[in-house]
Amino acid sequence: MKPNLKMLFSVIIVLLFISCKNDANNQKTNDDATTVNTQADKTTGQAFIADDGSMPNVLQIAIGSPDHTTLVAAVQAADLENALVNAGPLMVFAPTNAAFDALPEGTVETLLKPENKNTLADILKYHVTPGNYSKEFLKKFKKLGQANNQYVTVEVKGDDVYVGGAKILGSVKAGNGIVHVIDKVMLPPSKEN
Amino acid sequence: MKNIIKISIGFLLIAFAFTSCNNSNSSQSKGALSSSAAEKVYVAPGEHDEFYAFVSGGFSGQLAVYGLPSGRLFKVIPVFSVDAEKAWGFNEETKPMLNTSYGFIPWDDSHHPDISQTNGELDGRWVFINGNNTPRIAKIDLTTFETTEIIEIPNTAGNHSSSYVTDNTEYVIAGTRFSIPVPQRDMSIKEYKGNFKGTLSFIKVDPEDGGMEIKFQLLMPGFNYDKAHPGRGKSHGWFFYTTYNTEEAHSLLEVNASQNDKDFIAAVNWKKIEEYVNNGGGTMMPTNYAHNVYDDRTHSATSTMIKEVLMVDPSEVPGAVYFLPTPKSPHGCDVDPTGEYIVGSGKLSSNVTVHSFTKMLDAIENEKFAGEAYGIPILNFEDILAGSVEQPGLGPLHTEFDGKGNAYTTFFISSEVVKWKLGTWEVLDRKPTYYSVGHLMIPGGNSQKPYGKYLLAMNKITKDRYLPTGPEVTQSAQLYDITGDKMELLLDFPTVGEPHYAAGIPADLIKSKSKKLFNLEENEHPYATKTPADVKVVRNGKEVHIYMTTIRSNMNPDNIEGVKVGDKVYFHVTNLEQDYDVPHGIAMIGANTSELLIMPGQTETFVWYPKKVGVWPFYCTDFCSALHQEMQGYVRVSPKNSNIELSWSLGED
Repeated sequence: MKPNLKMLFSVIIVLLFISCKNDANNQKTNDDATTVNTQADKTTGQAFIADDGSMPNVLQIAIGSPDHTTLVAAVQAADLENALVNAGPLMVFAPTNAAFDALPEGTVETLLKPENKNTLADILKYHVTPGNYSKEFLKKFKKLGQANNQYVTVEVKGDDVYVGGAKILGSVKAGNGIVHVIDKVMLPPSKEN
Repeated sequence: MKNIIKISIGFLLIAFAFTSCNNSNSSQSKGALSSSAAEKVYVAPGEHDEFYAFVSGGFSGQLAVYGLPSGRLFKVIPVFSVDAEKAWGFNEETKPMLNTSYGFIPWDDSHHPDISQTNGELDGRWVFINGNNTPRIAKIDLTTFETTEIIEIPNTAGNHSSSYVTDNTEYVIAGTRFSIPVPQRDMSIKEYKGNFKGTLSFIKVDPEDGGMEIKFQLLMPGFNYDKAHPGRGKSHGWFFYTTYNTEEAHSLLEVNASQNDKDFIAAVNWKKIEEYVNNGGGTMMPTNYAHNVYDDRTHSATSTMIKEVLMVDPSEVPGAVYFLPTPKSPHGCDVDPTGEYIVGSGKLSSNVTVHSFTKMLDAIENEKFAGEAYGIPILNFEDILAGSVEQPGLGPLHTEFDGKGNAYTTFFISSEVVKWKLGTWEVLDRKPTYYSVGHLMIPGGNSQKPYGKYLLAMNKITKDRYLPTGPEVTQSAQLYDITGDKMELLLDFPTVGEPHYAAGIPADLIKSKSKKLFNLEENEHPYATKTPADVKVVRNGKEVHIYMTTIRSNMNPDNIEGVKVGDKVYFHVTNLEQDYDVPHGIAMIGANTSELLIMPGQTETFVWYPKKVGVWPFYCTDFCSALHQEMQGYVRVSPKNSNIELSWSLGED
């Protein structure tokens, strides 16, 4: 119940923020257009369906994990809830709270600011692969194409699998894919164009 | 927790202040004349919709006819799957329509309806649609709204990049999703690479009667050919096909077909190949495929097996085929109304790539090639790129156009439709879909002349959107008003099967041509009974043919004796009505088939094998008249060795 309540509040906050922002800068730039959403959408997306019959999806797994509160807050700030409950399949590399804490001081706080929403979304999408592969199966890959349109490398060291330099600590199967818990936040390389 | 609540309340107050003032602004700007979504989709009782939407049924194998903007369902046209309601595939007349080189097939997966065009504009004569599984293309006549022709596509498997028409319906095309050995032979799957081939078929359409004929097949490398779009206007004469699995993997494609950064859009200059073929080019190859035609005069179909097809090797026609590198297993392939932009949506990419036709021609002319694959030149990505829409959403699939310089792309993973501008590639608007949208349709939105008023998004998943119906819930279509700067969601309605793709057309272009009945005088069915005087029952060995008529409110004859166990009884039933919307039906107890539903002036036939001695009733199944319940009759079935003579009557004691 607790995390749900918390989510609801965050959603309301984000919702109100966005509606203000939109109305203030009506149809201005590309950036603005990408955040345009009607208010109703925020509470009627797939992420908000009451469903206790299905296997938890990747978002619900993250929300249910005490080690991933930072990640969940980031997903909510970036408005990515509805993308994470899609049929996918989705493979989410989920950095722990400790991994976020290891970033230079102030990084997370800066990223969570509304004006950095696009940067945050890009980083988060760099942690998502359209696919559903076990840790064992990942050993077949040399790289993975991520949802932000960049690649991460896959390396095998002994029994361990590293993705984008982050080590997979554990994995949880989800109704719409799989969550691999990782020990580092992966930062996307700067883009050429 | 406490803190969060405190903070939240603080935010709520501030935010409220913000939004409420903005809200009053926005209501002012809309003005008193603005109408609600309900008003925009309301079509009053007795009024007609503005558009027809022909929505494919996907795994239902059929084609559903809806009205827009109301979302009302008018008819489900049986195409590739049997339909007991309309006796499609059950009566003797339509069984040949479902014949293939594999025999009678009662089902298929119908995907991409496309309406015939003249000068790149919808002409509303026919709708073409592909059967995916056992490769076929069907043609639906838009005067009768019935399937009148089905042609099987040989050397093809997974007929997915189909069934799109060129600017003047010169061709409807079909492309193989799965590459296979051509011709088929017993070989190891592991030898796929270099040995399997993909064919792209060009089906010539007769400009008079729409008759289809495979003019030639293009034998391409063993990739997967996913989607296709004809060139329009300036690019008329070309066809574009997205490909994936240029890796030529034969197993675990989710990994092995995603190795290459870029796959290709194949650009095919069909006019050049047509010229080559007309000058005797290509090789006749033995094959076997069915061509099924339904005739409105005989009310019957015939199935003809065709034994050869003209195969063209693209490497023998220089300048006919080029590969345009396109990122990440492109799925959607769409050409804008001017014909300049070729949009490829890499389903695993988050960008939408747009190629320029002008730049493509320029690169070809200057022979700027990056290499070749199986003798087909590959152009440089940078040379042909017009631009790309950067990170508009997750999982781009399909794009249609409004004719005002805007494009609309669906995103499966992020469940949304994104509006963007051709030329500047900037995102103008985005709206969520509920949920996981596949195709979208703007009436005429893939032609030179879109009717950019509505957009229909077709969703694969609905979960909580409607009253639940157990594990299987309906898929849906969502209607958006696209006349303003921002899209507005108007309506959300359930669909038949999977609403895979759709074609829309202004109702005014076709509704006046819709046939009301079949002229009885023109009925050339070999077993037609045009007057009560012609009613008879004829025995031919074990076969009994009943020449029956129906009219309000009797079936003639209604008393039949002399039928025996072990006979094969044909009911040839002619509907004598010449009045709009008065079909009659007929069903026989214990008949191992469906009812018949016979339109005025039409003749249909079902077969009954009487198995039990006794007196067995039949009746009219369509509530036709006040005396509908009186439309009934009896057949007396006697033992095998009985010597009772055949007799029949109506109203005799």
